[in-house]
Amino acid sequence: MDVETSATGREALASVPNTPGAPKPDPIIVGDDITRTFGGLTAVDVEHLEIQRGVITALIGPNGAGKTTLFNLLTGFDKPDSGDWSFNGHRLAGLPAFKVARLGMVRTFQLTKVLSKLTVIENMRLGATGQRGERFWLSLLPPLWRPQEQENTERADELLRRFKLDAKREDFAGSLSGGQRKLLEMARALMVDPELIMLDEPMAGVNPALKQSLLGHVKSLRDEGRTVLFVEHDMDMVRDISDWVIVMAQGKIVAEGRPEQIMSDPAVIDAYLGAHHDADLSELDAASIEAEASAELDQEAKDD
Amino acid sequence: MDWGSIFSNAMASALGPDAIVYALAAIGLNVHFGYTGLLNFGQAGFMAVAAYGLAASVATWGLPFWVGIAIGFGAALLLALLLGVPTLRLRADYLAIATIASAEILRLVFGSVTLSDWFGGSNGRQQFADTFYDLNPYSSRLDFGLFSFSANDAWVFTVGWVLVALSCLAVWSLMRSPWGRVLKSIREDEDAVRSLGKNVFSYKMQALILGGMFGALAGFMLAIKQQSVIPTDYATDITFFAYTALLLGGAGRVLGPVIGAMIFWFLMTFLGGFFSSAASIDLIPDVVMSDIQASLVRFILVGAGLMALMIFRPQGIFGDRREIAIDGR
Repeated sequence: MDVETSATGREALASVPNTPGAPKPDPIIVGDDITRTFGGLTAVDVEHLEIQRGVITALIGPNGAGKTTLFNLLTGFDKPDSGDWSFNGHRLAGLPAFKVARLGMVRTFQLTKVLSKLTVIENMRLGATGQRGERFWLSLLPPLWRPQEQENTERADELLRRFKLDAKREDFAGSLSGGQRKLLEMARALMVDPELIMLDEPMAGVNPALKQSLLGHVKSLRDEGRTVLFVEHDMDMVRDISDWVIVMAQGKIVAEGRPEQIMSDPAVIDAYLGAHHDADLSELDAASIEAEASAELDQEAKDD
Repeated sequence: MDWGSIFSNAMASALGPDAIVYALAAIGLNVHFGYTGLLNFGQAGFMAVAAYGLAASVATWGLPFWVGIAIGFGAALLLALLLGVPTLRLRADYLAIATIASAEILRLVFGSVTLSDWFGGSNGRQQFADTFYDLNPYSSRLDFGLFSFSANDAWVFTVGWVLVALSCLAVWSLMRSPWGRVLKSIREDEDAVRSLGKNVFSYKMQALILGGMFGALAGFMLAIKQQSVIPTDYATDITFFAYTALLLGGAGRVLGPVIGAMIFWFLMTFLGGFFSSAASIDLIPDVVMSDIQASLVRFILVGAGLMALMIFRPQGIFGDRREIAIDGR
């Protein structure tokens, strides 16, 4: 895990074809036939998925495309109807969320989950893995866990400095702003020292000033050799930092490719923004829209 | 009206066996609710299985007292596992429903006619605490000036407060450790804890068992102090009084349940004494309320006081105002 892997990872992507489910030279995640239905709605129906190691992969798609559901399935927070997927060759299907995290695949949440009534530094300490003091009987004997706690605290302080949260160290996490919470969640995930970090909408609710620094932080994750997979609606961010983009619509992967290719793919733009995204609404003829809508309705009635 | 005796009775009850029992029960609830966020509404059930485990072992089956204590703890452990395995993976409310129902089931089973050979039906079991009182070093009344305890009460008083102190020490040292940090984090957001690789189910189970053990201690003390177990002593109101004590003192604080239990019993006895003597000397005329009604007014007032506390000081006496303020965001 170093700068070299991420550079070779990006180069390797150059030869990957732009087809949905394209095989990657060095995948960290491989998934097959993952489906999840909610009642009659198929939220996720992914035939094949590979995530390249050491790069930043963006997962985009319109609202309701199944991005977050796929996140939940991959990390064990939700159970699929069918499917099989592996992380570093380790089968994950049926594994509970906490075991997935222990393997080195850690996620953040769309609605940030900071532990409000714990201080920032306690939030960070919680992230450390393999803590002796977290075992019931050992916790009663402080000399057995103090040195480890000290090491974890030093690592936490380092991360807090890197994410510019060191001034908030002793504040309750609940008193942080939305953007600071995103930062704290990311820093806390790093306490687990994950190989793959999955960010669910890291930019949602973050003010523009903080966005730039968040972008820098996400890039730095890649540059220290981690793999990043993130869900995002902010196209600027996707274009700016991702090495590979996967587009989902209605539960399926509809396109994959490097960001510049994806952004200019008319099929993707239509899927993502709708066919009328470029048209000025005032110039649209109301009558023609109405005709189009009623035609669609008729078609649906026939299909039924 | 005899203010002196009303006050000294109230003090005796704030420091006496009643407060000890409720303090121990509330310490258990503090581990469940205050630190882990588990809504256990069946602390009476944990107390009942422990008390009956002890009483039936000694009085029915003739086992030694200390074996009975071990059986009581074992029964509380079993109850925690039975309740936890199916419900701890679900949302918090399910545990609340399961615990309150099982506490009632247990009370009815212990009082049932069918099992009266074991548990003595509605008469319960007596004569099981002799070993405990044989160890009593006090031979005469223990006098505190304002009030005094009989030799037996003094022994319960001594052992009880030592147990409360040890329990507080245990809770304090657990909650300042990384183990306690995981529990507090689960209370805040269990998905976040899961995403960091902690086995949330296992921690909740450990918390349920630990709190159940404190409930078992409370059950033992209640059984021993009155040297009898009867089913009605383990009705659901004991759980809710323990919750009242906990919220009064401040949930999630080590000393909260102890101070809360003392204040709760002081108020209950003080108000009870005041109203019954006020009614008996016609300070409150019979048209307004009779003696019997007057003795119940204390419950109304304590309830109203708890409401006022929740409105004006929701964190309890020991709580941290800043922590509560965060919820409003």
